[in-house]
Amino acid sequence: MIDVSVSVGPWPFRCFPGDKPADLVARLKRRGVKQAWAGTFEGIFHRDTSAANARLARACATAGAGFLLPFGSVNPAAPGWKEDLRRCHEVHRMPGIRLHPNYHGYTLADTAFTELLRAARERKLIVQLALNVEDERTQHPLMRIPPLDPSPLGHAVATVPDVKLVLLNRMRAPAGEALAALARTGIYFDFAMTEGVGGVGELMKQVTPQRLLLGSHSPFQYFDGALLKMKESAITGDDAAAILMGNAQRLLR
Amino acid sequence: MLVTRRDRMIWDLHCHFGALAGNTPDLKMEKLVRFADRMGIERLCIYMGHPFLNEPTPAQLRDQNDQVLQALRHWSHRAFGFVYLSPQHVEASLAEFDRCVRNGPMVGVKLWVAKRASARELDPIVEAAGSMKAIVFQHTWHKTGGNLPGESEPTDVAELAARHPKAPIICGHTGGEWETGIRAIRHLPNVSADLAGSDPCNGFVEMAVRELGAARVIYGSDASGRSFASQLGKVMGADISEADRKLILGENLRRMMMPILERKGIRL
Repeated sequence: MIDVSVSVGPWPFRCFPGDKPADLVARLKRRGVKQAWAGTFEGIFHRDTSAANARLARACATAGAGFLLPFGSVNPAAPGWKEDLRRCHEVHRMPGIRLHPNYHGYTLADTAFTELLRAARERKLIVQLALNVEDERTQHPLMRIPPLDPSPLGHAVATVPDVKLVLLNRMRAPAGEALAALARTGIYFDFAMTEGVGGVGELMKQVTPQRLLLGSHSPFQYFDGALLKMKESAITGDDAAAILMGNAQRLLR
Repeated sequence: MLVTRRDRMIWDLHCHFGALAGNTPDLKMEKLVRFADRMGIERLCIYMGHPFLNEPTPAQLRDQNDQVLQALRHWSHRAFGFVYLSPQHVEASLAEFDRCVRNGPMVGVKLWVAKRASARELDPIVEAAGSMKAIVFQHTWHKTGGNLPGESEPTDVAELAARHPKAPIICGHTGGEWETGIRAIRHLPNVSADLAGSDPCNGFVEMAVRELGAARVIYGSDASGRSFASQLGKVMGADISEADRKLILGENLRRMMMPILERKGIRL
């Protein structure tokens, strides 16, 4: 199994059980995970994302070389983001980056976002776009982050076709035809925050099994629910193999 | 791959069937049970019908409860019903309690967002429940953006529970923002924490067990809006003993419900 959505580093408002990188690796391995794509919580909150990404790379190399693949934070609304992107790719040899637009203060309609997608595509980097981190109702009152509006994404992806884009932590939006249209562009989705009985099965119908990826959002969330969702939706055989491993491997190529 | 183990009894404290596809409560329940079967869940507590009504009139309460009664006609071997009551309509609620619990098949009380749990209007409802040893389930949230006017905080449940120290009361959702919710109820041994209906945040179950003891922590999902899987994952993934996990997954709820089940002659 490949878990495409884990994170390292401290969360400002809570200590998660097992949130040290070595503990995270041990927990994931105990559950049968063979590889995990790791972002950095520091990269969400620190202005010096260059240093946060360097620490992420070191943590992955120290605690899980070959197991934890680092996905650095890049903020296209901040000066110097192109250098951050270069270091993620050339210095830290990361396979991709992770974006948090609503925490970093830009929208998907901003030209900087499209420019970042274009630059990432040129470097053949995977771009993980986190639509949410936590339920808006439970955010710390000192850090209220509005939900990200995904509606400009279709236009952005049309502008930069063939970008390797993964939407993380989708909750209720995009939905319906907007969701199906995005899936047709070739982007990928994880289901860490997909809810409702049989929710992953319903999502699979809309985006196809070839566009779904196992994501747990660990250690923010318990890992175990991710696999249980597969069981709840009775996803087995080739579909399960694609979702748990094959699709992520294809993205890495 | 992680799977649920058959040697664990799983009872789900917190389910709704109304939003599922199907023309009748029976058909909606059939769908809910099909998913529950995949997860190894033996029993479901169900309450409220379709649509969700924040401030139901007496007639609407009756209709909501009729939907649950209809579902129980074919699924009483898998489901327990809780009667939906409103402290905005105390006399009508007491009549509904008599119809559905005292003289009917339901075994608990569901209170939602019509009036805060600290209000005195809840007292006769809790006393009626106590007379039948029925569980009282009170929805709570502690929303960063603010609650609905009648929506209880866990501190409201704490006030209610302090007035009724012998009544078994469940703090629904444990406030959603569970760190505050657990702290609000920890000094009240008659209040249990419902794990349902919030993001599966790592650490929820561990804190609940640490502060309340495992005997006061109960698995629930808030299906069908929530996934059984995401909510079971809280318990399956928690760093707790296997004995505590069994308590949370089903043994606590069974223990709480046994007095009324025995009184009603409901055999398991």
